[in-house]
Amino acid sequence: MEHVLAVFPHPDDETFGKAGTIALYTKAGIPVTLICGTLGQLGRNMGKPFFATRETLPTIREKELRDACAILGIKDLRLLGLRDKTVEFEDPEALADRIETVLRELSPSVVMTYYPEHGVHPDHDGLSRATVHAVKRLPQAQRPVIYGSAVTKNAVEALGSPDIVNDVSEVLEIKLAAMRAHRSQSEAMMEKIERDLQDPKKKEKVEQTLKMERFWIYRT
Amino acid sequence: MEAIQREAIQTVLDKWQGQPLYLHLETTNGAYAALRSESPMAVCAYIRNGKIRYERGTIAGTGPYRIGLKMEDGWVYAEGLTDWEMDSQGRLLVAGHDSEGRLAIAFELSETPFPM
Ligand SMILES: [Zn+2]
Repeated sequence: MEHVLAVFPHPDDETFGKAGTIALYTKAGIPVTLICGTLGQLGRNMGKPFFATRETLPTIREKELRDACAILGIKDLRLLGLRDKTVEFEDPEALADRIETVLRELSPSVVMTYYPEHGVHPDHDGLSRATVHAVKRLPQAQRPVIYGSAVTKNAVEALGSPDIVNDVSEVLEIKLAAMRAHRSQSEAMMEKIERDLQDPKKKEKVEQTLKMERFWIYRT
Repeated sequence: MEAIQREAIQTVLDKWQGQPLYLHLETTNGAYAALRSESPMAVCAYIRNGKIRYERGTIAGTGPYRIGLKMEDGWVYAEGLTDWEMDSQGRLLVAGHDSEGRLAIAFELSETPFPM
């Protein structure tokens, strides 16, 4: 039985640039488990117009995450209870322990995470390093394939072309619904996307970005 | 939150003068600032649950506002504040939002610790 494990530090990481791929898995009957490290307590986006405060944001984002999971067909969500921006300062062995436990429990065939050192946000790299570390503790034959999301400007230059490019057109509406579910984080972005879709000069590029999801396999 | 009412915040600052408080102070330009070429680098600093006591607390400016807390051994300073509320738990939440509604600075005081 195939199983996908996604390991990301923030609510919305599973959606932006990845929701289509996740939706394709669950549509095909492949269960997806999501480990979410923090509640994105320190997000800068508060909705547009803003409706969250620094103190209400974690509760709002947890709800948004649960809604997005429901939309994407993620039935197993596990929260690590870490705090935004602090992941890289946690004990990496202890983080890897927690991920390893889930790896051994689920024996996933694929693990989705950021590509270490190409996550831009320090939390992305902190958790992806811990994830790779946990995978490497497994015997070679049992290691899942790691689908790394590289979001740095120089990703292609540094890593070459992506190993996997998923056309997610058939689940695009699901992806957009998941993006909208992360309302506090996506309202400003969705406004821009919808504006760009009306602009003949920008339409194609925006559609390509939405429809094509790229992953680099991290070799262990 | 709503647009800052200077007198209302000053009243709270006066009320809490001299008593132990918890401070959340934060400023950020977003983790993706450099990626989006908004600025050469991402900058953020925050303190959560700093224990403080001030002898003089003042809000200044005509909007965006500034707050300064003079303590026995130092200062707390925040600039660029635009919105505020007293939340349901009696905490003073003040923030500065940019033109896109994104949080640029947060200044919060509470008589009890902020949740971790
Ligand atoms: Zn993130």
